[in-house]
Amino acid sequence: MLPEIGLFCLILGFLMAVLQSVLPVLGLRYRQVAWIDSARPLALGQSFFSILAVLILVLSFLENDFSVQYAARHSNAALPLLYKLSAWWGGHEGSLLLWIFILNIWTVSVVLCSKHLPMAFLARVLVILGVISAGFYGFLLVTSNPFLRFLPLYPLDGQDLNPLLQDFGLIVHPPLLYIGYVGFAVPFAFALSALTLSDPAIPWAKWMRPWVLVSFAFLTLGIVLGSWWAYYELGWGGWWFWDPVENASFIPWLLGIALIHLLMTTDKRQSLQALTLLLALLVFIFSLIGAFLVRSGILTSVHAFASDPSRGIFLLKGLLVVVSAGLLVYGLFAKKLNVASIVEPWSRELLILISVLFLMVGAFSIFLGTLFPLIYELFTQQKISVGFPYFNAVFVPLMLPVLVLMPVGPLVKWGRNAFKEILKKMGALGIVSLFLAALLPWFLEKIFLWPVILGLSVGFWILLVTLKTGYQKVRAKGSLFALSKGAVGMLLAHAGIGVLVIGVTVVSYFEIERDVVMGVGQSISLKQEKIVFKALKKIEGPNYIGYQGHFTLSHSQHQTKDLYPEKRIFIMPGTRLTETAIDPGFWQDTYIALGEPLKNNQWTVRLYHKPFVRWIWLGALMVAMGALIAAIGRRHRA
Amino acid sequence: MRFFIPVVIFLSVSIFLWKGLALNPQALPSTFVGQKAPAFQMNNQTEAIFKGKVTLLNVWATWCASCQNEHMFWLNLPQTADLQLISLNYHDDKEEAKAWLVKHGDPYVATLFDTEGQICLDYGISGVPTTFVIDKKGMVQHRHMGIVDKTVWDNTLLPLIKKLQ
Repeated sequence: MLPEIGLFCLILGFLMAVLQSVLPVLGLRYRQVAWIDSARPLALGQSFFSILAVLILVLSFLENDFSVQYAARHSNAALPLLYKLSAWWGGHEGSLLLWIFILNIWTVSVVLCSKHLPMAFLARVLVILGVISAGFYGFLLVTSNPFLRFLPLYPLDGQDLNPLLQDFGLIVHPPLLYIGYVGFAVPFAFALSALTLSDPAIPWAKWMRPWVLVSFAFLTLGIVLGSWWAYYELGWGGWWFWDPVENASFIPWLLGIALIHLLMTTDKRQSLQALTLLLALLVFIFSLIGAFLVRSGILTSVHAFASDPSRGIFLLKGLLVVVSAGLLVYGLFAKKLNVASIVEPWSRELLILISVLFLMVGAFSIFLGTLFPLIYELFTQQKISVGFPYFNAVFVPLMLPVLVLMPVGPLVKWGRNAFKEILKKMGALGIVSLFLAALLPWFLEKIFLWPVILGLSVGFWILLVTLKTGYQKVRAKGSLFALSKGAVGMLLAHAGIGVLVIGVTVVSYFEIERDVVMGVGQSISLKQEKIVFKALKKIEGPNYIGYQGHFTLSHSQHQTKDLYPEKRIFIMPGTRLTETAIDPGFWQDTYIALGEPLKNNQWTVRLYHKPFVRWIWLGALMVAMGALIAAIGRRHRA
Repeated sequence: MRFFIPVVIFLSVSIFLWKGLALNPQALPSTFVGQKAPAFQMNNQTEAIFKGKVTLLNVWATWCASCQNEHMFWLNLPQTADLQLISLNYHDDKEEAKAWLVKHGDPYVATLFDTEGQICLDYGISGVPTTFVIDKKGMVQHRHMGIVDKTVWDNTLLPLIKKLQ
């Protein structure tokens, strides 16, 4: 009975979402206040029904109701409780429902936090969010009903959740990423509202910014978790693969950064409005395209388990409607808001504009690289893959100017500045960074490599100049606690990028990777560490069997650590999974992964020495925290 | 007019996305198709075993659940004089694999046990089950990745085998 009620909730939600996207429009057209005002209760109502549907689906997982096809395919009785609670978004139908659920959490937040918005603006925002909701409800109901039953005969036990997904990192990775992706629907709706209202007196940039910041923070967290998960779960020791789906999340991330900074420019200087609005649209558009790339299976990726080409067409149609409508509105209305923009030499807005253009070109170069295999195959019927060489050669140089300009911006005033002044303020720091970058690797490792010096000096430069900015701001205000939240957020986020750049540089050039064959009792040395393969035993988990190795790591005679990498074979789908064992540290990780068993109790073993790898995630976490702190700042209250 | 550029760009990109949906990104054409089956020597067998008959070379493993599903299909496949079903066991313990075949039934004319993984490397096996169709001269004619079931058999393999016979 319950699953049928769940389906009914989805239908009701769909109908209310349709009303939410139609009624206020008619109200605006025919000046019916009551119809306009219906936007709020309708938005709350359809959100309520989507939340109810989610609860019912979760219940069928908890109660092992395998008459529900979706539960039977993605859960089984032996699955641990934590995974049952999260398995509901492990498949296609559930993750679509998760998408609607999160969109509606955002919709409710907009309704609750928008007392200061004029109704004409808010109604438009809710209409657009309603259209997107209705589209996803429609998709769910037509192609991917999660409440389908196996009746009258149903399996006694379910299959299993994809073993790769049975992991804490993966429990939280998709929701965080979705909160980010879907959150960009709010700036999208705000931008379309601002465009159609075309009232230059409306401070839409101020209103939009906190929404962008929060979405961006969650997107960052989602990407970090994905990267961290890939690092310890996939057993290749990598933290970024330029996989199509990673790229799909990275493009909105880059555009999100551009948007955050442009919104400040629009807010403070009333300039570059048309570009800002375009970016607000693009961030969400690329989130949608990202969702399309993951769900349609149009490209091969580590996320291929989530794909199904038959649904691709439906998704593409929805994408076409929403995106072309949005961009058409932009085409029709943008010129009304296109106030002549004057950007003076060496002003903060000029630095922002230059960085934004580089970020946009960087994002598009990634998009091109991601889609290129597809385009190539369409023209030549041949397969190619685009990977590290392209992205590193094209994207990294494009980011250099952005990284160099980034810490400078906050030290430069809005409006005209003299170039000499800027040089005087921070020229010395530039030289110091360069020296540090050249000397440190030489002293520590006797290495002199140009890319290392370049990467490190950019990292040091960002940290030093940001530190100086912070110091100046604190001195001007009198105390650290007098700083505005916006300033604290900015400093934290900028410093985070510095930390990230240093981490990426060091781990890329100083990591050591060894693939060896080891038998029990053998030992090997990696960097300063001695690694001993102590023992191997068979293990048995709730839904898998496997082997667990026991390794010890010793820096010196006294200090030893035990690591237990595993090889698991999951019973239901029969897949093998590598559970790595990592000795984590602020300065370095030591990473062990069991490969394949060979004869005579020998195994292939993969050993990595990963210096500074944690700095990458630490830096990204600082960026996310910075964005969140800036979002709660006072500047945004109208 | 310039404000319409984004929508024009998007529409042209979506043409590619539309067309791209018709492609299968998983399909990786084997480089062996049209080539001589790679040489090997295992359990007193060599690649000469392929000569004279059309061969289905099925690569499987005991730990692979999909292979067990597929196994039912091979067991029920009527043997004909002109077609031989040979299997290549992938990354298993030889005795365990033999025991598995005794227990579940052995539809194969011969089974090669590739405990070292060398043959599988030579044949470019990236996952099991994989099935090759090899013609009477020992040339690889087709590679199928994934389970062979009735649909695959009727639509792809059987027409090809008929043609080769």
